[in-house]
Amino acid sequence: MNRDSNAYTFGFAAAMVLVVASVLAFTASSLKDLQSENVRKEKMQNILSTIGIETDREGAEKLFNNYIVEQLALRNDGSVDETVDAFSEIKLAIEVKKDAKTQRFPLYVATVDLATYYIVPLRGSGLWDAIWGYIALDEDRNTIKGAVFDHKGETAGLGAEITQQWFMDRFVGEKIFNKSGDLVGISVSKTNNDPNDTDKDDHEVDAISGATITGDGVSDMIIERLQHYLPYLKATPADLAYNN
Amino acid sequence: MSKPKSTKKPAIFFVAKEREPLFSKKNRGLLKDPLDDNNPITVQVLGICSALAITVQLKPAVVMTLSVIAVMAASNVIVSILRNAIPNRIRIIVQLVVVASMVILVDQVLRAYAYDVSKQLSIFIGLIITNCIVMGRLEAFALGNGVWKSFLDGVGNAAGYGFMLILVAFFRELFGSGKLYGYQVIPDSIYEMGYENNGLMLLSPMALITLGIIIWMQRARNRKLIEKN
Repeated sequence: MNRDSNAYTFGFAAAMVLVVASVLAFTASSLKDLQSENVRKEKMQNILSTIGIETDREGAEKLFNNYIVEQLALRNDGSVDETVDAFSEIKLAIEVKKDAKTQRFPLYVATVDLATYYIVPLRGSGLWDAIWGYIALDEDRNTIKGAVFDHKGETAGLGAEITQQWFMDRFVGEKIFNKSGDLVGISVSKTNNDPNDTDKDDHEVDAISGATITGDGVSDMIIERLQHYLPYLKATPADLAYNN
Repeated sequence: MSKPKSTKKPAIFFVAKEREPLFSKKNRGLLKDPLDDNNPITVQVLGICSALAITVQLKPAVVMTLSVIAVMAASNVIVSILRNAIPNRIRIIVQLVVVASMVILVDQVLRAYAYDVSKQLSIFIGLIITNCIVMGRLEAFALGNGVWKSFLDGVGNAAGYGFMLILVAFFRELFGSGKLYGYQVIPDSIYEMGYENNGLMLLSPMALITLGIIIWMQRARNRKLIEKN
């Protein structure tokens, strides 16, 4: 056979594409369950770590069920949509693109040693791609208990540093409302002159050198997501009981 | 007139050829040379990009090494099997497809069975395909050699690459974070005496410098590697 003929070349290419496509499709679909299980457990792990509970992926599910007492899907008026399961049915990546009125906002309520925490999932954009995370608020619904961030494709060593513990620790103790009670969120700031983040009332954390746009993305994501939870966060426990 | 014996056609073609032992000196060379005399990183200076990027800690370096060994051995073997069937005009594309699908396979398997590691390697797994060593060996070796030799060549070159990766990662993790493979090896008492981890070791420039020192030491020991001019 003439291996330099056009027919042979086309035939070879077509056969190769077919074979490769079926092998890859088969692998991807047979491993899918294991992979999505990993993603699910990682999500639990992340939520738990915002309230200071570190666990490996294997133990995540059990601890999650222990500590997370409520998983709410909120409407933008603060009321709870009972028909939606916050953990499995709300995909934030899709949800954030919707109109605020039709969005459902997931909120996890955790109880650890009699203290209650409110965990808000975050999602926004970094420099290259999506960034996301979770932020846990104390019982006062103002002070940050802990934060976790992750990203899809930020630059390793620069933007990707938002996933480092030392960066996430900077958020602990910061407050999302200012003194007059307005929501201000937390800014990742290059000019706060507070490299050790000792000032916990400035609503700012120190930025990472070389990661300005990712840092701005983190600030924007926090304020953008939190504003939708205002009706819930501002409501008194009595109001919440009324809503339910 | 032909010579009486050699004209007789053997019944089975490959029996007639003098069989080379599986690990003949030449074949062992295929495995061994890339570790030192013909190291892809320090001698051919290929694959530097990933050598700088994932040598902060030992663990990802080890996983990267294993992944590259798997990808290179498999794609070398596949291209070598197909070497007489691959149309010459699209051979680079075919090589690319073979490597890319191997890489995706490795990525999928890691994501299912070693999720943390796959997250850490994330983009670098994808970058295996752009690793010049992989394509280089396919084009330079697998297209012209038998399956077994290509397999050895793939394993050898990937191991040579991985050896350097692990060596660099060893020093970077040790001096950068005082740990090896995630475990602290520098005792607390030394920190109390005023020792501090060298943060610069964690950044890429020190990877380049570490690699430079390794190249220097290798050439000091192995003089035939030194360029004449």
